[in-house]
Amino acid sequence: MDAYPTELRGPAKGRPGEEPVVVFEDVRLAFDEHVVLDGISFKLFPGYTKIFLGASGSGKSTILKLILGLLAPDSGRIWVHGQQIDGMTEQQLFTVRDQTGMVFQEGALFDSLTVGENVGFKLYEETAMPLADVRARVEEVLGFVELGPFVDRMPSELSGGQRRRVAIARAMAFKPKLLLYDEPTTGLDPLTSLTVDAEIIKLRDLEGVTSVLVTHQLRDAFYVATNGATRGADGHAIVTATPDKVEEADFVMLREGKVVFEGSAEELRTADDPYLRAFLS
Amino acid sequence: MTAAIAAWAKASLLEVQEYTKLTIAAARCSVTRPFYWHDFVEQLDAIGIGSMTVVLLTGLFTGAVLALQSGFTLDQFGARPFVGRLVSASMIKELGPVLTALMLVGRVSSGIAAELGSMAVTDQINALRALGTDPVRKLVVPRVLAGILMTPVLTVVANTVGLLGGWVVSTQNLQVSSGLYWSSVIEGLFLEDVWMGLLKPFFLGFIIVTVGCHVGLRTRGGTEGVGRATTNAVVTASVGVIAMDFFSTQLLLSLLF
Repeated sequence: MDAYPTELRGPAKGRPGEEPVVVFEDVRLAFDEHVVLDGISFKLFPGYTKIFLGASGSGKSTILKLILGLLAPDSGRIWVHGQQIDGMTEQQLFTVRDQTGMVFQEGALFDSLTVGENVGFKLYEETAMPLADVRARVEEVLGFVELGPFVDRMPSELSGGQRRRVAIARAMAFKPKLLLYDEPTTGLDPLTSLTVDAEIIKLRDLEGVTSVLVTHQLRDAFYVATNGATRGADGHAIVTATPDKVEEADFVMLREGKVVFEGSAEELRTADDPYLRAFLS
Repeated sequence: MTAAIAAWAKASLLEVQEYTKLTIAAARCSVTRPFYWHDFVEQLDAIGIGSMTVVLLTGLFTGAVLALQSGFTLDQFGARPFVGRLVSASMIKELGPVLTALMLVGRVSSGIAAELGSMAVTDQINALRALGTDPVRKLVVPRVLAGILMTPVLTVVANTVGLLGGWVVSTQNLQVSSGLYWSSVIEGLFLEDVWMGLLKPFFLGFIIVTVGCHVGLRTRGGTEGVGRATTNAVVTASVGVIAMDFFSTQLLLSLLF
């Protein structure tokens, strides 16, 4: 597939010399008469976070499915990891998905498998990694999300927050460069939501994973954008992010399939557009 | 009215197109790597061993009732000793394959549709794709191959116990001697009939599992959708089994006789 065209090269925002991980160029998608996305364009650079906000049905989750190739656009072009994915076959998409993880709404854990089998699924099924190495990696990522003792539990035995954290562990087990989060905190209480947010921050800041977060929970969106993670002798800690780090999180507001705002957390807070004000209030 | 008919025709054609695409994809995936052996063996057990009880009971009582009904009818012509011939011809050529298939529709097609449907509505199918696993290879191929292989095996079991059921009724109720019953059973069968009884279940097994997989993977609309998918799978596969029975019988008659 094509590499990035010249006009899309170079940082509109990002570190000098870095190529974007995701590029959307005038992407449109409709289901029958209903237009879901109408001319969406954006770039996402390595280590950055793109946070999509919007009301239900505004097309946020559809963007994640397009990045992963689970849906194909009606028109426009999409590049992921330097490869143009619109028009790729399912087989070709598997190579792109090797570097991309996704945390689905509600987790989408395989309910007939244990937590450990869920987390190690891709490594067990799709790689030639020795079983001992797979087990070690499963223990490592479950330790990262602080669910080590739950390895032999079934998903039905977990709470909502634990299920989301297992889903994050499953998505990070094969060390993807890009992680997509689809409403990871929906339906969770505020305290449990913070534990999920903390995992997203840790993966971004400690593992260098580029993130796309779709949510309508403003509190979580701002928390992820304005906090960072550090690794110390006592383990991981969530701290207030530096101004430079905060700038690496971009907010995109969607309304009826169109981008109505794109900017930093501060720009969103001070925006005077009536729709944005109503959404933020 | 015209618009409704057009919409119905469009939806039906789309289903046929998607079903055809799925069966072609499954055929391609079954002869290329990777092949999920573990899932295949699991499905052999779930479809084959799991359906054994229902098939045994169905076969036994079908053979028994065949002997009972035909015995009294044959009596009117003084032909009671030929009851074995009637039981074997009916069971092996037609009733064994079709009734076994219909039992498997109720157990296997519905089960597959419910399982895959639940996975579809909870995003587990998308999660599989996101993890780089082809759902057709992982979920459809093992079920289709296991269904195609186990349906003939279960049909043979149903035929065997059907003949045994007929034997019990013939000897106990109709007072036909055991030797006469079994010699009549063998006399009533031609090699071509046996081939037909053995080959037809392959076609029926194909319908049972592919319909279940197709309906399951296309499930939408939450738990209500899963219920609807299960019902659709049973209805579609039942009609499909009867239709396939007719077409495969016609084909085999032209090939074997």
